[in-house]
Amino acid sequence: MSTWKPLSGTQAVAEAMRQINPDVVAAYPITPQTPIVEFFAQYVANGVVDTETIPVESEHSAMSATVGAAAAGARAMCATASQGLALMWEVVAAVPGLRLPIVMPIVNRALSAPINIHCDHSDSMGATTIGWIQIFSENGQEAYENMLLAIRLAEHPDILLPVMVMQDGFITGHSVENVEIFDDAKVRAFVGTRKPDRYLLDVEHPYTIGPLALPDYYFEIKRQQEEAMRHVKKVYMETGKELSKITGKEYPYFESYKLDDADAAIVILSSAAGTAKDTVDKMRADGKKVGLLKPKLFRPFPYKEMRKALKDVPVVGVLDRSMAFGAYAPVYAEIKNALFELDKRPKLQSYVFGLGGKDIFKSDIEKVFNELLSGEVNSEEERYIGLRG
Amino acid sequence: MGGNGKMTEKKGWKDLMRGADLPPASSLEYKTGSWRTLRPVWDPDKCTHCMFCVAYCPDMAIPIIKSEKGVKGFNGRIYKGTVRLESDFDFCKGCGICAVECPTHAIEMIREEETTSSE
Repeated sequence: MSTWKPLSGTQAVAEAMRQINPDVVAAYPITPQTPIVEFFAQYVANGVVDTETIPVESEHSAMSATVGAAAAGARAMCATASQGLALMWEVVAAVPGLRLPIVMPIVNRALSAPINIHCDHSDSMGATTIGWIQIFSENGQEAYENMLLAIRLAEHPDILLPVMVMQDGFITGHSVENVEIFDDAKVRAFVGTRKPDRYLLDVEHPYTIGPLALPDYYFEIKRQQEEAMRHVKKVYMETGKELSKITGKEYPYFESYKLDDADAAIVILSSAAGTAKDTVDKMRADGKKVGLLKPKLFRPFPYKEMRKALKDVPVVGVLDRSMAFGAYAPVYAEIKNALFELDKRPKLQSYVFGLGGKDIFKSDIEKVFNELLSGEVNSEEERYIGLRG
Repeated sequence: MGGNGKMTEKKGWKDLMRGADLPPASSLEYKTGSWRTLRPVWDPDKCTHCMFCVAYCPDMAIPIIKSEKGVKGFNGRIYKGTVRLESDFDFCKGCGICAVECPTHAIEMIREEETTSSE
């Protein structure tokens, strides 16, 4: 039986980690990720899990210890946000190349400078090109379920890549909502235990990990990594179907909300998608046909499926919670990419909102929809929501 | 890389072990002796078997054995117990540390092309 618990998003992730029961967790506190490790440390202290926690002196060490444990054969996890992700960057970038199935929850927070502790996606958007699978979550419930999905995805023999599971800092991370925690026995059967085909502690079968690869081999190794990434979509769907049997929910690459007959749609990630869905409902009640697409699996990016979902929408606004200075905002760039293959493309508009935790209101999103419906858009212009002029 | 660990056979990306993993490495299979431009010439008649060269050798390329019978060395004396043998030229890189450390100057470095020995 599942149980409903009042949990913050970070607690929900700690619950997922309790059920996953990793062999090793090495993490360093960084706002707003800290509660994940605090709650999880209680499970360790109370003997609820079998995990070995490694207190480390920095995020660089946290990810290094996680890499070492994963290479040794352990199911090893880390958790971080923002500056922490930035500090561990060197090691984070090495994980996909080492093909270690590390799952790391990220509680999205703006990157310094200026120093800020609140939500935007600039931390994880900086890590889109290095080979981590990325899944964004709208709320604590999704973050919890995405963690369960992520561990299976990471450890699948056709993949063996690390996964970041995102949730919005504070908005999701520290807000308490009812979260349905599924039956321990069923979830544990689903997540299983890690079964590595080779691992360093298997002293009977030694091998070398992490060698130098110069121009004669580096490229080939990286091409292998891309091949693993190409297997993700299929396994994501298969594993999602398996998880559905426990949760009764579906695990699509993205959520389409009232999109089919929409005259205008927005694409928006994570917690703000919840606010936006409320706006869609309100505007639908007012007779305006608007819809929403919320990406979940962001790496690999499901270009074909996105294209199919958006091809008949006359005008699409993409709302990014981070910027890519000097370039199109990250989600906008992907959507624009996805639509390129169409003969007749939707009109597009890029919006940036919520940097450093700036609130976005339903009234803001309604204005966006009305602007899209008016057709006054410019696909080459970046517009800003809630920015003082 | 790949099945036999030989870097000379360049395999395509589909045939390499996952993630740049390699078969177990062993320095025994990696003959650093090919790097050598200078060769240590050891004169057993000047050697006191003090083990300085053995301890300093960065490649453990000076083999040792236990000899109850003993071997003839410096001043014609018989040295018993742990004694050194000729350098292992599969692994000696010719760094010359042994020659510098040897208290009795029993080791001389010569250019590899001047050597007459066939190992």
